Amino acid sequence: MPYVILLLALFLAFPAAAERLLVSNEKDNTITVVDAATLAVTHTVPVGARPRGIALSKDGGSLYICTSDADHIEVLDLASMKVSRILPSGPDPELFVLSPDGTTLYIANENDNMVSVLDIASGRVTTEIAVGVEPEGLGVSPDGRILVNTSETTSMAHFIDTATHEVIANVLVDSRPRRAVFTPYGKQVWVSSEVGGTVSIVDAETHEVIHKIRFAVPGIPAEGIQPVGIALLPERNLAFVALGPANRVAVVDMKTFEVQKYLLVGQRVWNLAFSLDKSRLYTTNGVSNDMSVIDVAALKVIKSVPVGALPWGVVVAP
Amino acid sequence: MFGRWREAAFAAALFVLSPFGAAAQAQTPTQAQTPTPAPTDIVVPYLALTRPSSVPESALDRPPENEGLLGARVAVADNQTTGRFLHQSWRLDEHLANDEAALVQAFEDAAGQGHRLFVVDAPPSVLLKLADLPEAKGAVILDATSTADALRGKDCRRNVLHLLPSDAMWADALMQFLAVKRWRDLLLVSGPADEDRQLADALRRSARKFQLRIVADKPWTYNPGSRRSDTGHYAIGAEVARFTQGVAYDVLVVADTRDDFGDDIAYRTTDPRPVAGTHGLVPGAWAKPFEQWGGTQLQTRFFKATGRWMTSRDYGAWMAVRAIGEAATRGGSTDTGKIAEYLRGPKFELAAYKGVPLSFRSWDGQLRQPVLLADDRSLVSVSPQPGYLHQFSELDTLGTDQPETTCHT
Repeated sequence: MPYVILLLALFLAFPAAAERLLVSNEKDNTITVVDAATLAVTHTVPVGARPRGIALSKDGGSLYICTSDADHIEVLDLASMKVSRILPSGPDPELFVLSPDGTTLYIANENDNMVSVLDIASGRVTTEIAVGVEPEGLGVSPDGRILVNTSETTSMAHFIDTATHEVIANVLVDSRPRRAVFTPYGKQVWVSSEVGGTVSIVDAETHEVIHKIRFAVPGIPAEGIQPVGIALLPERNLAFVALGPANRVAVVDMKTFEVQKYLLVGQRVWNLAFSLDKSRLYTTNGVSNDMSVIDVAALKVIKSVPVGALPWGVVVAP
Repeated sequence: MFGRWREAAFAAALFVLSPFGAAAQAQTPTQAQTPTPAPTDIVVPYLALTRPSSVPESALDRPPENEGLLGARVAVADNQTTGRFLHQSWRLDEHLANDEAALVQAFEDAAGQGHRLFVVDAPPSVLLKLADLPEAKGAVILDATSTADALRGKDCRRNVLHLLPSDAMWADALMQFLAVKRWRDLLLVSGPADEDRQLADALRRSARKFQLRIVADKPWTYNPGSRRSDTGHYAIGAEVARFTQGVAYDVLVVADTRDDFGDDIAYRTTDPRPVAGTHGLVPGAWAKPFEQWGGTQLQTRFFKATGRWMTSRDYGAWMAVRAIGEAATRGGSTDTGKIAEYLRGPKFELAAYKGVPLSFRSWDGQLRQPVLLADDRSLVSVSPQPGYLHQFSELDTLGTDQPETTCHT
């Protein structure tokens, strides 16, 4: 995309037409579809039990859904808004990440300490990788060669070679690590620790923790700050971190790791997604059952959109 | 906290941590896969004192078997999964003792083998006996299941850490909730057991602290044995109606740790009033309906491994073994002295599915933690309640805070 257009889009803070927001609602077993232009709910699609992690297929035509209590993955066709296919996942899939080439889903099986590797074309789980207790966050490097998995009770980020499926390094981070996100050139992995209250910046080469971001919100006890979702915007040198029950999204300088601002959003803010032009950031707020819309240029929350019960994840589809 | 089976199979247990190979093998947080060093074996012996179980009043719930022990087993498996990545190999070594003397002997033997870190599941008198043994000097005993305030106060010992919420924390969790609800007038009904009396004392102190009024304080003396005989419900219904007549109150608070009569109160009172305490709305470290902050995962893991639901006593033992595991992982050493030091240190944090990190209070060795308020089927609230502020940690609004402590050893 030409830089000028990107810049223009940033200033207008108005996403491209026909963009849709897809939100998984853990408690009422639905996917809420929101029109990004009007921010009106257009569909509420019933899916399997306890939908949590969601991801868009590489062609943008389908949504993969971890239906955790149904113990499988459902593929929602975004043209017909019907579940078109069921994929195996191993037990209790919580979330997954799609390989950059779009062929493979890496799935965290929270209850049996495994990461399952699913070949989407054949619909088969080809490998299971043993990891720590309660595998949770998954991040894949931009070149697809390294997979990072966090385990909540073990409190480690496991670095996995996707060619051999061997664990090549285990990095101890603060308690209950939730998300692992690679920076766009794959140099760092940002890992949020929910109970530890920090975000660890891990060097992807050396596997050392090079910095820990701490947060402090006036009027909120330290225990109330529980980082989960992370969204990176290197174009503006900004990182956004959802702080759970602190009901804030922290805005962090990606180079200095300084927190610049806290944005007040809905209750128990969990996951984050940018609009396709990165002019907006959407948050899922599990307790207030809504989604907050952040204007990225102005760093202001501009709207709340009611969705289903206990919204978990959000993705943006063209 | 008050497992229904106080009398049932009172298991006094202790776990002993032993690093094979005395050298404190430094663990770096980041480890490449190759070359693979030989794993450090960490053996956690489990020693239990069993007592005959009593017949429960209700036939619905079977007494949980191996209460405590099963929590420890699940925790050791968790430690093992983590330890694999740090080249630690964890194992639970289980020993059952039939009497106090055998338990003391087991403790002495373990200490003789060089163990310095123990987890004990024992009644307060036995716990104190162990803590005062010459072999326990300089050791750390993790008390997995006791709730007695005296162990945190006048009978406290420097070498003991307590995992479950004290009776004072338990009572404060309930009273904060009642204060927030503005249900201020309480009818306190307590049973005859020593534990009932201690709990009633904690409730009275807590009511004063949070400015609630105990408008009537009545001992329960009626023998409820007839409830399960034919037409027994007439007798118990009439008795409870008489018992609660002529008192103006908001909530009936019951202290019946032996589960003798607490289930017979609700719906039988003269006025329609909710029941809380050991029955009805129950404070606790763990609760069957609890599924927040990832609690579902531990519930599922425990149920899968044991075939029954986790109790607070199981959870206490789980936390004790996990605390050792956490200190071994974070402290960078499997040396028991280093682990003990780390447990008490400012950096120690235990993630135990309560949404906040838990740590030990320096003044009485009590683990600071939120307390759940639940009935049989749902989680009602979690204390501390919003609005109870504290200069250091809001968790310290529950139980005995530093200025009030009577632990001065």
